[in-house]
Amino acid sequence: MAFKEPVEKYNNSITEVSISDLKVGGQSVLTGIYSFDGPVPNPPKIAMEVLDVKPEEWPQTLVDAVGDVYDDPVKWALKCQNEFKADMICLSLVSTDPNGMNRSAEEAAKTAKAVLDAINIPLIVYGSLNSEKDGEVMKAVGEACHGKVILLGPADDENYRTVGGASLGYQHKVAAASPIDVNLAKQLNILLGNLGVPLESIVIDPTTGGLGYGIEYTFSVMQRIRLAALAQGDDKLKSPFINMIGKEAWKAREAKISESEEPSFGNLATRGILWEAITAINLLIAGSDIMVLRHPESVKLVRSFMNEFFK
Amino acid sequence: MGLTGIQIYKLLPQTNCKECGEPTCLAFAMKLAAGKADISLCPYVSEDAKAKLSEATAPPIREFTIGTGTNAVKVGGETVMFRHEKTFFNPTPVAVMIKDTESDDVVASKLERIKSICFERVGKKLCVDMVALKNESGDKAKFMTLLEKASAIDKPMIIMTDNLETLKESAEKYKDKRPILYAATSANADEVAKIASATGLPVVAKGNGLDEVSSVTAKLASAGIKDIAIDSSAKNIKDAVKDNVFARRASIKQKIKEVGYPTFVVVNEITQDPMLEAVIAAGLISQYAGIVVISDPDPAKILPITVSRMNVFTDPQRPMVVEQGIYPINNPDENSPVIITVNFALTYFIVSAEIEASRVPCWLMIMDTEGLSVLTAWSAGKFVADAMAAYVKKTDITQKVKHRKIIIPGYVAQLSGEFQEELGEGWEVQIGPREAADLPKFLKMWKL
Ligand code: B12
Ligand code: SF4
Repeated sequence: MAFKEPVEKYNNSITEVSISDLKVGGQSVLTGIYSFDGPVPNPPKIAMEVLDVKPEEWPQTLVDAVGDVYDDPVKWALKCQNEFKADMICLSLVSTDPNGMNRSAEEAAKTAKAVLDAINIPLIVYGSLNSEKDGEVMKAVGEACHGKVILLGPADDENYRTVGGASLGYQHKVAAASPIDVNLAKQLNILLGNLGVPLESIVIDPTTGGLGYGIEYTFSVMQRIRLAALAQGDDKLKSPFINMIGKEAWKAREAKISESEEPSFGNLATRGILWEAITAINLLIAGSDIMVLRHPESVKLVRSFMNEFFK
Repeated sequence: MGLTGIQIYKLLPQTNCKECGEPTCLAFAMKLAAGKADISLCPYVSEDAKAKLSEATAPPIREFTIGTGTNAVKVGGETVMFRHEKTFFNPTPVAVMIKDTESDDVVASKLERIKSICFERVGKKLCVDMVALKNESGDKAKFMTLLEKASAIDKPMIIMTDNLETLKESAEKYKDKRPILYAATSANADEVAKIASATGLPVVAKGNGLDEVSSVTAKLASAGIKDIAIDSSAKNIKDAVKDNVFARRASIKQKIKEVGYPTFVVVNEITQDPMLEAVIAAGLISQYAGIVVISDPDPAKILPITVSRMNVFTDPQRPMVVEQGIYPINNPDENSPVIITVNFALTYFIVSAEIEASRVPCWLMIMDTEGLSVLTAWSAGKFVADAMAAYVKKTDITQKVKHRKIIIPGYVAQLSGEFQEELGEGWEVQIGPREAADLPKFLKMWKL
């Protein structure tokens, strides 16, 4: 008896979102790697995260990998583009955190504009995850970057009016973040929709935990969102996904603790890189369209894994 | 293929004697159909009915055991495509390959590591589960020496040889250890089936792609072999993922018996890059692999691979919890610090491990937050000032310590004022660091 390949293609597809000249989404298959089920017009993308200040608490593994550019976001971004071959840059404006350096929105916008002008790949700009401040910051960033299309985020249930407004006002795209929940993700897309932000402008950030720290919840919520979108045709859930992977993976104790402190854990560099790469592979399998990573070696690994599906 | 409650009911004695714990045979039948009861609970069901039922209720992917004793592994037995439908059951064993062409030193050091790599996480052990032994040399004597050495570490073995005579001899010699034989192919399925049925050992059916694999499993099945794993010989990542996904879909959704077996993937034949090997292994575990074989017993790789596996195989409906209560760590006394946190197992294990490592004696108060992490429980209104104060007051912590100081996780610093108020006069709420990793430093500086 011949084995008949049980391909699974759906009648619905993920909304195609264009960020500058790069597109994400558009597929009618469960994840961007299921190219054996049907066409994937826009394979998943890898963005590399750049901070707007010299990272204070980064593990040495990361600091070494990024090298001496990590106190200059423009140089750092260029290195990610030219040397590490990132598809996109994700600028995290961590310095705007009111509980930290509390840099002004204007200053942050200048940094964003400088990075945008320097690179020739698309830009994502994320705030410090302080809802209120992020609203203010995204408004300034949106305005400063007007003319090119960037992805602003995260918009959440508190600041979606300001962040969504910045997207509308300056023709940017927006990342809608909700805490690992199908209904909350849908709700936020509805709220943004009511504001006038079209679905073609939204990607979902489902929030994630790192490997060993809650990733299994994100994995399943993403799969459920995809099934709702593709199998049930729920328009409000058809958005592509963005996942902030590096940030979570490198928080894990296992990714940071030295071999002398935990001799049984083995080589620190190997462990850290794999912690990030394996977090990414799981979310890629769950449907990620934009994976935001930090370490150039994990970028390479994820790329090697993914490329095979598009040969 | 699964039977409905009514179909099962027809196979039961229909006497409603209640001994199964259900009020009627029909009620029991309904539970069986839903997979919520076991047929052995009914003492009166006939053997014939039992056989019919066990066939009908058997998982669409064959479940069996490799190895013996405490290190034995169970493979297969999966019933769903997505973990949100129902838990994935049998965590994919990770096997490390040793070839009989590797030097004695390499073999010895690999075996030592395979034996000893074991991490404890959230109360579970994460280890290298199996050892895959490959007769690369083609030489029988060499291979038998390798088997001899490997059998000493007592991990379930995968016996990999193209030579039928070698396969037969090793199967006979080690059958009491219940290894799995590798592999039956289109060319030798009949002979391998004979060896497998004479020794009662499980066997891997190997072919180029799932089509050929199906014909091999069909041959084995017709020779009466039931415990089979399948290797589609994928040589690249895409084929490996595709074959795993397709085998799972075909067996679960279409009940295609020929592929209703755990898959077997030799990852070191997909890539030579040792880092990529680890990434692929983890990816395939999340993509339905039944058994994965890798080449490198490196703890820095085994840890992320097995943690990833643990995540995918946890029960999605129910977070792992620990019991509410006061846990003494490092022999605390009446002057020791008091720490409060949630009962999410992961949080408990991380925090208690850090306290242990600090060697500072502490009282760790674990509050029932229905298994939610610190911030999740806080957002859900379960790890909040009034509930925490009520819990603290309910315990006998004031009999265990003289002081009235309590340390809260840094992530919920904002509730300290209210918590202190709720606890009342005399109490002092102290804000700990955010990450548990910074607890040892904090505790070492702590003064009464
Ligand atoms: C997985 C997850 C979930 C899972 C639940 C997992 C679980 N068992 O708790 C699910 C999907 C169910 C979930 C649900 C929700 N979640 Co949630 N979730 C997460 C996620 C991704 C990881 C949480 C986790 O497992 N952490 C790992 C554990 C070990 O961390 P921990 O308990 O905090 O312990 C650490 C420290 O606190 C410290 N520590 C612990 N105890 C102590 C004690 C002392 C003394 C000290 C010093 C230190 C210390 O040690 C540990 C390691 O450093 C986080 C985001 C993130 N990336 O962290 C969001 C997050 C916690 N969730 C959030 C929210 C809002 C929710 C919901 C309320 C959403 C909603 N409206 O439905 C619900 C609430 C649940 C409910 N209603 O039932 C928010 C909280 C926002 C905030 N800042 O308050 C977060 C931060 C996500 C976000 N950015 O929006 N969530
Ligand atoms: S024990 Fe068996 S016979 Fe008795 S009620 Fe239950 S199912 Fe029926």
